[in-house]
Amino acid sequence: MRTWRRAVRRDWQLYSLAVLPLLFFVVFRYLPMLGNVIAFRRYQPGGDLFGEYWVGLRYFRMFLTDPTFWQVFGNTVIIGALTLLFCFPLPVVLALLLNEVRRRWLKGFVQTVSYLPHFLSIVVVAGLVLQTVSVDGVINQGLTAVGHDAVAFIQDPGWFRTIYVSSEIWQTVGWGTILYLAALTTIDDDLYQQAKVDGANRWRQTWHVTLPGIRPTMVTLLILNIGTFLAVGFEKVLLLYNPLTYPTADVISTYLYRVGVVSGSFSYAAAIGLFESVIGLTLVLSANWLSRRTVGSSLW
Amino acid sequence: MTPTRGYRVFQAANGVVLTLVVVVTLFPFVNILARSFSGEHAIRSGQVTLWPRGFNLTTPHRVMSDSLFWTNYRNTVVYTVVATAISIVLTTCYAYVLSKKHLKGRGLLVGIAVLTMFFNGGLIPNYVLVSSLGLRNTLWAIVLPNAISVFNLLVMKAFFESLPPELEEAAAVDGLGTYGTLWRIVLPLSKAVIATMLLFYAVSFWNSWFAGFLYMDRQELFPVTVYLRNLIAGATTGSDYSTASDTALQIAASIQAVTIVLTMLPVLLVYPFVQRFFVSGVLLGAVKG
Repeated sequence: MRTWRRAVRRDWQLYSLAVLPLLFFVVFRYLPMLGNVIAFRRYQPGGDLFGEYWVGLRYFRMFLTDPTFWQVFGNTVIIGALTLLFCFPLPVVLALLLNEVRRRWLKGFVQTVSYLPHFLSIVVVAGLVLQTVSVDGVINQGLTAVGHDAVAFIQDPGWFRTIYVSSEIWQTVGWGTILYLAALTTIDDDLYQQAKVDGANRWRQTWHVTLPGIRPTMVTLLILNIGTFLAVGFEKVLLLYNPLTYPTADVISTYLYRVGVVSGSFSYAAAIGLFESVIGLTLVLSANWLSRRTVGSSLW
Repeated sequence: MTPTRGYRVFQAANGVVLTLVVVVTLFPFVNILARSFSGEHAIRSGQVTLWPRGFNLTTPHRVMSDSLFWTNYRNTVVYTVVATAISIVLTTCYAYVLSKKHLKGRGLLVGIAVLTMFFNGGLIPNYVLVSSLGLRNTLWAIVLPNAISVFNLLVMKAFFESLPPELEEAAAVDGLGTYGTLWRIVLPLSKAVIATMLLFYAVSFWNSWFAGFLYMDRQELFPVTVYLRNLIAGATTGSDYSTASDTALQIAASIQAVTIVLTMLPVLLVYPFVQRFFVSGVLLGAVKG
């Protein structure tokens, strides 16, 4: 207690600088966490922030027996898995390819171009996607040029995942190389010289020196990717889907948005959201544990 | 060592692949520009690819003379400026506090911030909170809930920690307090990192749409991203076009194209010059965070 009093007397100016930021964290980060209690309580719009009275697990029972919930759960897992499958390894490949470019201006140019989509608003990206796949868009121009009929991609549930994952690749792959390219520059050149002495060709050098060199970065990003597995691009799905494509496109976050914000069943939606966060947390913790046990590196 | 034949083949293939990456990345931008200056009929019949067909300036002119578009565009500017200003002040203050190793309770203060990277309240509790604080239909609904990005905070903290402690010791000898040291000694040395943070925040607020979509009920309060979203979703075609619905549908495609171009224009214009700041900022955050 004494030491605290002394610390405050000495550093009160520093503590005073922390007051407003702390207020931000308490109100806009920690209050909403507590606000999740409405998943267990009856909440009335405009009423108490933390709900009116306890209802136990009623809302959890409701969504666990809701067939729509299980459909969107399945969609979420599929889209999440496809995104992980493509958007995690492709930046590694692109970084390795860039690493082999000897002309610096060329490397710089490709990097600059490939980072660009990362800085666009998700609304702009959605607009570009919709124009590209529209009936008069570029893809259909190609199809009709080879004598195929135009396809209404955006109305077809069978195409949604392809469109979503392709646009995700377009937007994220370039920017995703940054950390790998930085890790590549830290690999000791002696290791390559040694490998050459041992008679390793470029391919074997890549396999035995380069990949182990960026492994910690890969593990870190993989754990982070797994943790956000279920939080598939909510805003992008919201912008790209429509009632016709709900059967494949509707994910947990868009479903709870419609149930909660649009239809006003806040407690029900909060229960689904809580369930999603708990799964996400479990995933990231298990991925972290698994990587510590198997490859010896982890986030914490 | 002369490259082997296999490696030369690889280099050639690599060149082809990287060229494809560049082409595929840039193609949608070229296409959208071509559409912006094309006649509606040419677009509808699928003739516009790389170059405008039936060149005309009617659509750009129509979009630019829509008063709602300009109102929303101005909103975006105002929201971005206010939000960025508040964010940079809060982030700088907190990062400076966190960079002081001797401070009692520092670990707790860091933990409070970092924990929010892994846990968050979720959509519904946030929505309920913002609504019950009475922030709906005010700019604070966009500004306050995202005032501090923990990633940016950690980048700044790492930068402040890298400054030599002698500087501040000298400032203390000269009788400067914490505020004076921060303002006269630390901040002038931190111009580069502050510029980077300003860019990070400005781009993310410029691009954001969901807060505006969620919390603004009146269209004169929308940011331009929500205007664009409504255009895309077909919810509205802008105030000027709503009179004749057939014409509205007819010109919809090129209007979307022009609005997309105008929305991303500021980012595209500054991007080539500031790209390296973004990269260095991300790397600083990744190494230390």
